[in-house]
Amino acid sequence: MAAYEIEIILNRQLADCLSIPVFITDTAGNLIFYNEPAEIILGKRFEDTGEMPVAQWSTDFKPMKEDGSPMAPEELPLVHTLTYATPCHKSFWIESLQQKRQRIAVTSYPIIGRTGKFLGAVAIFWNSENE
Amino acid sequence: MIVNIRGVRGSIPVTGPETAGYGGNTSCADVSEAGWLLVLDGGSGIQKVTMPPGFHSRRIDILLTHLHLDHIQGLGFFQPLFDPSMEIHIWGPASSSRTLHARLSRYLSPPLFPVLIRDLPCKLVLHDIENSDFEIGPFKIKSRFVIHPGPTVGFRVESGAFSFCFLPDHEPALGGRGLPSNPNWISGYDLARESSLLYHDAQYTKPEYAGRMGWGHSSMEDTVSFSKAVGTRHVLLGHHDPGRTDPQLDILQRSFDKLNRDDINIDFAREGTSFRLE
Repeated sequence: MAAYEIEIILNRQLADCLSIPVFITDTAGNLIFYNEPAEIILGKRFEDTGEMPVAQWSTDFKPMKEDGSPMAPEELPLVHTLTYATPCHKSFWIESLQQKRQRIAVTSYPIIGRTGKFLGAVAIFWNSENE
Repeated sequence: MIVNIRGVRGSIPVTGPETAGYGGNTSCADVSEAGWLLVLDGGSGIQKVTMPPGFHSRRIDILLTHLHLDHIQGLGFFQPLFDPSMEIHIWGPASSSRTLHARLSRYLSPPLFPVLIRDLPCKLVLHDIENSDFEIGPFKIKSRFVIHPGPTVGFRVESGAFSFCFLPDHEPALGGRGLPSNPNWISGYDLARESSLLYHDAQYTKPEYAGRMGWGHSSMEDTVSFSKAVGTRHVLLGHHDPGRTDPQLDILQRSFDKLNRDDINIDFAREGTSFRLE
């Protein structure tokens, strides 16, 4: 497999330095990297899982609507960004590993490289308990 | 193919007896085979480029890694540009905002330079490249964007079973954890993988790098780690800091000699050295 594009590598280097959870996907939605804070959300370690397909990661952290019903993958900001190559921001609920509901906000943005090519997407998770 | 190292200094040319051994010219190398000539970067070392044996095509290709001044400052003094019988192709990294022509014109125009690009007598062809694969004469060339401020590519030049990788300005260990262990996440990996000869940025010692992270250059130690990760057979540590003297580089060379193994040679690059890859 060829090395990732430089724009993807630099996003990972940045994510590695942050204390907020970050997901990075390729254009097909494969979760190609998540940082240590994001491991808490997924309940898994990147070193253990490696890359994950969208169908797996999008349900692993049990996203829910306000009424507690499950969110479909296509309703997630990151999937919106992957579909339309545009930024997206949304608040919703997830269930923690301790079965506790937690309100979070997610901001996602497309990675558009120097040559204008859509290379993947990044999602940043924020604690929005106070929103 | 024959690789000639023409300029090994980073940032600014230096002169004087204390740097004459390794050389004071800025970034340039050339690669030739079967009468074809590639010039890699146009730093002040480009003055030393000569036509290879059997050169007959009247064509020269200049491959620019990026447009920082130490990589283009010799361009305006490259005599073939002023020869109407010559065909010069300049290949450089694409930008999302301006063409290669527009960006080079910032330097090759008054008041910085007396001659406009459009007034150069040679037949000049400019190529904006990105993550590109192309062929020039007997050479297969790969360019890839790499970690360095501003649009910057590295090059891999292949001929037959041999390859030369040119990464004069490159910081693959940028980030909190240094060089990644997974090759998929290493900037420049595809270019340098199992190369016969690698020329790589090694401007800083490890303590110096600690205070210059993000400037786009590598520590010598990181470059050795990169070289081992990509499996090159011979690495030339280059882009020497302009303040580094010959005696200092000699001491550093001896300290790195201990790391030389059967499967990799580590040398500090010297201006005027040649390598025959065949």
